[in-house]
Amino acid sequence: MTKSPGDRLKLEIVLTVNNKAVKVRAHAMDRLLDVLRHELGLTGTKEGCGEGECGSCSVLMDGALVNSCLIPVLQAKGTRIVTIEGLAGHGRFCALHEAFLNCGGAQCGICTPGMILAAFHLLEKKPKPTAKEISEGLSGNLCRCTGYAQIVEAVMEAARRRVET
Amino acid sequence: MRAYPADYELIRPGTLTDVLLLLAREPGAWLPIAGGTDLMVQYAAGRLPGRKLVSIWNLPELRRIEVFPDEIQIGAASTYTDLRESEIVRDEFALLSSAASWTGGIANQNQGTIGGNIVNASPAGDSLPALLVYEAELSLISARGERRVPYTNFHLDYRKTQLATDELIRAVCLARRFSGYYAHARKVGPRRSQAIAKVCLAALGKIEKDVATDIRLAMGSVAPVPVRLTETEKALRGKRIVPELVRLASQTAAKEIRPIDDIRSTARYRAAVAGNLVAEFLERLSASGSQI
Amino acid sequence: MRKANFPKSSSVESTSGNMIGMKNDRIVGTSVPRREGRDKVTGQARYVDDMVLPGMLYGATVRSRIPRGKIKKVKFGPGIHWKEFVIVSAKDIPGKNCIALIEDDQPCLADGIVNHPEEPILLLAHPDRHLLPKAVEAVSIEYDPLPAIFTMEESETLRERIWGSDNTFKQILIEKGDVESVWPKADYVVEGEYRTGAQEQLYIENNGMIAAFDSEKGLTAWGSLQCPFYVHRALMKLCDLPAEKTRVVQMETGGAFGGKEEYPSMIAAHAALLAIKSGKPVKIIYDRMEDMAATTKRHPSRTRHRTAVSKDGKILGGEIEFTLDGGAYATLSSVVLSRGAIHAGGPYYWPHVRIRARAVATNAPPHGAFRGFGAPQSLFALERHMDRIAEVVQLSPVEIRRRNFLQPGQTTTTGQTASEPIDLGKLLDRALELSDYETKKKRFVAENQRANCKKGIGIASFLHGAGFTGAGERYLGSVVGVEGCEDGRVRVLVSSSEFGQGTKTVLCQIAAEALGLRYEDVDIAQPDTQEVPNSGPTVASRTVMIVGKLVQSAAIGIRQTLAASGLLGNSYSPEQFRAACRDYVAKHGRFRSLARYEQPESIVWDEEKYRGSAYAAFAWAVYVAAVTVDMTTCGVSVDDFVALQEVGKVLHPVLAKGQIVGGIAQAIGFALYEKVFWENGRMLNGQMTNYIMPTSADLPPIRVYFEEMGNVHGAFGAKGIGELPIDGPAPAIINAVGDALGVSFDAIPLLPEDIFDALEKHAGTACATSSLRRGQ
Repeated sequence: MTKSPGDRLKLEIVLTVNNKAVKVRAHAMDRLLDVLRHELGLTGTKEGCGEGECGSCSVLMDGALVNSCLIPVLQAKGTRIVTIEGLAGHGRFCALHEAFLNCGGAQCGICTPGMILAAFHLLEKKPKPTAKEISEGLSGNLCRCTGYAQIVEAVMEAARRRVET
Repeated sequence: MRAYPADYELIRPGTLTDVLLLLAREPGAWLPIAGGTDLMVQYAAGRLPGRKLVSIWNLPELRRIEVFPDEIQIGAASTYTDLRESEIVRDEFALLSSAASWTGGIANQNQGTIGGNIVNASPAGDSLPALLVYEAELSLISARGERRVPYTNFHLDYRKTQLATDELIRAVCLARRFSGYYAHARKVGPRRSQAIAKVCLAALGKIEKDVATDIRLAMGSVAPVPVRLTETEKALRGKRIVPELVRLASQTAAKEIRPIDDIRSTARYRAAVAGNLVAEFLERLSASGSQI
Repeated sequence: MRKANFPKSSSVESTSGNMIGMKNDRIVGTSVPRREGRDKVTGQARYVDDMVLPGMLYGATVRSRIPRGKIKKVKFGPGIHWKEFVIVSAKDIPGKNCIALIEDDQPCLADGIVNHPEEPILLLAHPDRHLLPKAVEAVSIEYDPLPAIFTMEESETLRERIWGSDNTFKQILIEKGDVESVWPKADYVVEGEYRTGAQEQLYIENNGMIAAFDSEKGLTAWGSLQCPFYVHRALMKLCDLPAEKTRVVQMETGGAFGGKEEYPSMIAAHAALLAIKSGKPVKIIYDRMEDMAATTKRHPSRTRHRTAVSKDGKILGGEIEFTLDGGAYATLSSVVLSRGAIHAGGPYYWPHVRIRARAVATNAPPHGAFRGFGAPQSLFALERHMDRIAEVVQLSPVEIRRRNFLQPGQTTTTGQTASEPIDLGKLLDRALELSDYETKKKRFVAENQRANCKKGIGIASFLHGAGFTGAGERYLGSVVGVEGCEDGRVRVLVSSSEFGQGTKTVLCQIAAEALGLRYEDVDIAQPDTQEVPNSGPTVASRTVMIVGKLVQSAAIGIRQTLAASGLLGNSYSPEQFRAACRDYVAKHGRFRSLARYEQPESIVWDEEKYRGSAYAAFAWAVYVAAVTVDMTTCGVSVDDFVALQEVGKVLHPVLAKGQIVGGIAQAIGFALYEKVFWENGRMLNGQMTNYIMPTSADLPPIRVYFEEMGNVHGAFGAKGIGELPIDGPAPAIINAVGDALGVSFDAIPLLPEDIFDALEKHAGTACATSSLRRGQ
């Protein structure tokens, strides 16, 4: 890729992504979303709207669900980021992963990484949510395919499985 | 994404003092950014009013809730989630708690801050009517020192505030004298979540034997700034809450505000709904008999 | 004509292909794991923006800012190093400057004249992705504006002719019987005018495409799309390349709903031109604002009904005028019009009818395919009109429908005999029972007297024809392949794309069932025009019914080849099949069985007169919506939604339910939330903040039920299911709102502000509406 004049303005920013310390060269105002996707090749996190409305870009930052399209990477310096790639293999994640597959929670799949992060975050805070609490907890993640019903079922099932195991 | 990141500068001095010194040195040159839920949307649209930003995200002096005997001070960089999780805010300032719960989805609540909501100064800001009825005071800080201003006059006009170019809001100060009030809030948006308000109401009332001893009403999205409905309050204070008075109050409210037609709604609708929200509040207040 | 008798239960046997092998192990009819599901939930699925090619450039589009005019001057402004950019204009187009579809009227790049806001004029490419929007901003274009038109009504006046001689993309006339004969006999003549607005598909993944060109291999395009061969055809014409030098590959596609049926040809064309000129791969990905502003939306519609009704509520006949706003170029308007016109009579018997349908041009970005494809528009009008007729004739909405339902043996508006043993009256009864309709209706009337929230309940009964209209499927001549592979598994070869609806899963189920294999033994190729035959576009609810049936046939062909070679007996286990297949491939190499679509003789269609069998099969439905209108805000919430449909055999219960709930959610948006605000042909609210689609907090519990009845034409008795659920909810909901308030609403989206305005007018007062609360 051609070096642009802007390259000299890049900073070195250190953060932890999916439990690995990483050092990226980026502009302070590069969006965390773009750094994850383009610098780190973690393309599981998606851009749906670029305005913090759809939640497709959701990641965890120091345990809190955030929209990575709204975070300048400098604000993520020194934080622990978890993306969908980081959740795969997480003991408790497997329940969500399986539940989404069994219940039809993923159709086209583009909202799915963000949705699963949001569901994971919800279950951490509320291990036994009601359907209403799930609907509210996921209301910042838009899905155009499912009409949400099977996503809510998936989260309920994941919650049940976690309690059982 | 319509901004060219190389054209922008963002720095993180790391302490409040350093930020204030920077703002003092170059007033108006640096745009403070906290959670970014407003500014980054403008940025992505290529409409940020400035190229230099200074981060005030997560500064400990700004992100905390301090409790004193007769007031609490909510750090301006406290997030909506911080507000929702605070017991004292839930117990004594329920209107702020509910406003925080309907500002965007969970992710936006984790990033968005009350200070950002105030400084962004949109008349649709979800927390702002609550601050008006609680008669909040803002502690403003700069390298020159600190000053306190009543929130009532803080908004000068649409998206314009009293904040000086070298100032930040340090904290929102709320007097602890509203526990005895009946609190009611309602946001009317185009959908139940992730919505910008078409009209919203924050209301406090005290009722003794059917008489409204105190009524405080504030609304958003019905004028260039969030407003206290002083005329309507005057019409209510000290009177018995009967259906005629409810009708009068609701008509007064509809006439007192200055809503507009825009992409979200119409002036006539907003006026009518504003009146209805006031009526709804008064009916519930009356029914509650102000049980503490 | 062969008649089929199917038992009314879910143990329907397939008509072609026996149940081989595993008697207990039915695959079709069970909810097997989504074929590509694991990749989707782990974030490994690869969408177009996840792919990066070496040396790749990014592309962007400079678009018109005016609705109509001549391009006078193009200026490349300061602050940009233009020499670093690849710049493409109309004169760089090697072949024909058009996006080949039905007409060739839509330019790929405007050449001297623009006809809608956002029309593409120039293309730019550069290695630095974020520099492009800045560069696009720096191009300034001067125009000589021409008068523009923005509404169907303006277009009809012909004061400006913006397309052809009369602004008309297409006209259709459907006539049955003698409609003039019914007026003198009518006890009532009921008229109504109904409107629907534009709707944005709002797939969560924006449009995107990557193209690469080299003079030996030719042109390759990868992208988010529904119809690889549409794109293939368009690129050949645009770039003047032969079929074997043009290759289109579908990547994982994040939602489409019709919005990626025709539009991807445009964005592929743009990426291709930049790739050809630069000699490098070029990626174009739209951001949300551009996608909403510039790409297709559902056609706005206006329908006028005039119906002759007898005093016992029977439709004697009627006239239906159905008009669509097509935007500035023809795209698919003629086909949307066709489906809308054919569905305009709904599931009822019209002894006499005249349907006049027209698609007209306006200076807006062209409208295009969106799930339902004309039927949601004409069915909204019809189902609202049925309630209006009920009111005039003083029958209930239930009774008016019951008395007019098509009975087996009767003909549709195009003269197609309803040959399926469907009993719409029974379907209606079941829906009423499931929704507790009668009880609720009575209860609401009583409760509404005193409550500040008014409740109502409404019905819609409707149908959706699966597959291409009339001779369309014959014209497509779809071909499907199944291939035997080295490891003994088989691979399905279709151009039908997966974008969430379950194409891959269901086609693998069908092949596995047809061959007596396990689901895991069947693979499916990624749609790549170099690898797969053209099984037609992934539209029109045809994939399971038409393409699935061909998969079934092609699969059986594989079995026959192995049997003929002596490697496989009449009954066998999956392991035996795999062994036989391995052996065969070892000896002869990979082998394919192809199946080509043949129109059943029973489907006869006259394209001139628009008469005959429009569709091989219809799916039928009755939906019931219960709503609450909060009089404080005039906000409508849907409290309960019952969706009962007959879609033939349900091949995958979880996927089928997902299609129904998803379609209903989109239709709730269509009815109550999704308004496009227009100003001079441009969309003002092109951001997710301002274009309101329902969140999880806004939707009611949606209860989904299926009646199963076999379909002789579809795979294992299936019919199409994808579009049906978006056809009915809007009128059911608006009927319910009317029931709640005693005021009729005839246009959607119906926003609280619209309800408020109507109630004000109805009350005849202009004062504050506290009088609306508590029915004061």
